[in-house]
Amino acid sequence: MKVWGLHFGVLAAVAVAGLVVPDYHMTNLARIMVLAVFAMGYNLAFGYTGLLGLGHAMFFAAGMYGAGLPAWHYGLPAVPALALGTLAGGAMAVTVGLLALRTAGVAFMIVTLMFAQAFYLTLLYFNAYTGGDEGFVPPDASRLILGFPMSGDLPRFIVAFTLFAVALILSLILVRSRFGRVMVALRENEERVRLLGINPFAAKLTVLGISGLYAGLAGAAYAILFGYAGASFATIQYSILPMLYVLLGGAGTVLGAGLGAGLMFYLTNLASDLTDAWQFLVGAVLVILVLFAPKGILGWVRATLWRGLP
Amino acid sequence: MSRLSARGLTRHFGGLRAVDGVDFDLAAGEVHALIGPNGAGKTTFVSLLSGRVTAQSGTITLDGQGITSLPAHARVRRGLAYTFQITSIFPGLTVFDNVALAVQGGTSPARDLGAAVAAALTRVGMGEMQAATAGTLSYGHQRLLEVAMGLALAPRVLILDEPTQGLASGEIAGFKALVRSLAPEVSVLLIEHNMEVVMDLADRITVLNFGKVLATGTPAEIRANPAVQEAYLGA
Repeated sequence: MKVWGLHFGVLAAVAVAGLVVPDYHMTNLARIMVLAVFAMGYNLAFGYTGLLGLGHAMFFAAGMYGAGLPAWHYGLPAVPALALGTLAGGAMAVTVGLLALRTAGVAFMIVTLMFAQAFYLTLLYFNAYTGGDEGFVPPDASRLILGFPMSGDLPRFIVAFTLFAVALILSLILVRSRFGRVMVALRENEERVRLLGINPFAAKLTVLGISGLYAGLAGAAYAILFGYAGASFATIQYSILPMLYVLLGGAGTVLGAGLGAGLMFYLTNLASDLTDAWQFLVGAVLVILVLFAPKGILGWVRATLWRGLP
Repeated sequence: MSRLSARGLTRHFGGLRAVDGVDFDLAAGEVHALIGPNGAGKTTFVSLLSGRVTAQSGTITLDGQGITSLPAHARVRRGLAYTFQITSIFPGLTVFDNVALAVQGGTSPARDLGAAVAAALTRVGMGEMQAATAGTLSYGHQRLLEVAMGLALAPRVLILDEPTQGLASGEIAGFKALVRSLAPEVSVLLIEHNMEVVMDLADRITVLNFGKVLATGTPAEIRANPAVQEAYLGA
């Protein structure tokens, strides 16, 4: 009860905040919420299940191109494009997972990174179809949802909020389910899970697939809502970003991914207003975080204030 | 008919013949102890039975069905449960979650989770500790939690690897009563160093030495066996 109250409360606060702030921040919030969906998916794999991968940019980009390319080439409308992108992210994650999940630990990191780099180079290689590193702009007709153009600040905010809210609630339901308990147990001690009659490979593949659906949805929404798709979203930077969001907000907390995405977004903005060396500032914050609050903000809250925080 | 049976089970590690052609039968409803000097191959043998280690040759059957090629988790689903020698609970999770995982993975995962967890914990006398974080429990309670997780799997065969290690004598008495109460539904394979527990609980005893079966029989037969006395008891 308390848990649901908190999460619906946060959703209500985000909705109100988006509607009262100036348009500039409303768009920022929309962008943060889409990135937060991406980070939530990463959090399910990394934060809850302990799957530290470096290939999520590939799932994000699969969603972005899975939605963007049919829109660009064939004029597919926005809603089916979003659905297609989501599925593309999930399918990509399952396919890669079938191979990469034969490894664990550092090897899993490297194998996922390798697949992601290969996918990035593939996007560049087929630049006649993908637009290469210049990318492309999906046609306006494919950016209409219920008749509203996604170039408008308010409709875009509402769509981003809807996706964010659905992703958050589903994520909360998942981690509090029986399967959610298995996810955490896999993170803690995989061999013990096997000796409790649970197939770790199948469970991890399922988690990675769900994580890929989240990443795919986020990538598809990014293309449709912000009107651009490009190969830069398939670079390693976009594999590391969700990890940073999750570490900052609190790995293995439902709200941590969104909190981390928001803070990091504004921190980056603030830092780049102050100095060209903004990456240095962001890096310093991360070092401080790892030294003094390795569990992230909500991880710290859970350790000290509220143990039941999901 | 034997519940669990192994024929010619073999596993070598390099030149070390950890388990070397073992034939073994666990009858339905019995408590069977596996003893032998350190390094005799006891833990490797039960690891082969549970599927944690794959056999190089030999076969394993559970109620007549071959399980030799099944992975460990599939064997657990069929009712072959293993509790760890070194306590291997999930320290960061609550006692409830630890046991709930076992219920979910066991032979009847669909039943009422709360009731099944409570039943398993009550059997080991930990019914009141559901909300505790497993890692904060005393060593004895962690051992009992491990046993509760084994019970929660609702197994046909329960392999207990050194379950009384580190328990106080009062806890051992309770543990013996618990194991007796498992028969006849559950067959128990007990690896144990405490001879008092073994002689008290076991219907039959198998003695391993250098990876081979030295003798099998009732506690009285094993006590009287000169080869066993030489290899183990007399030492």
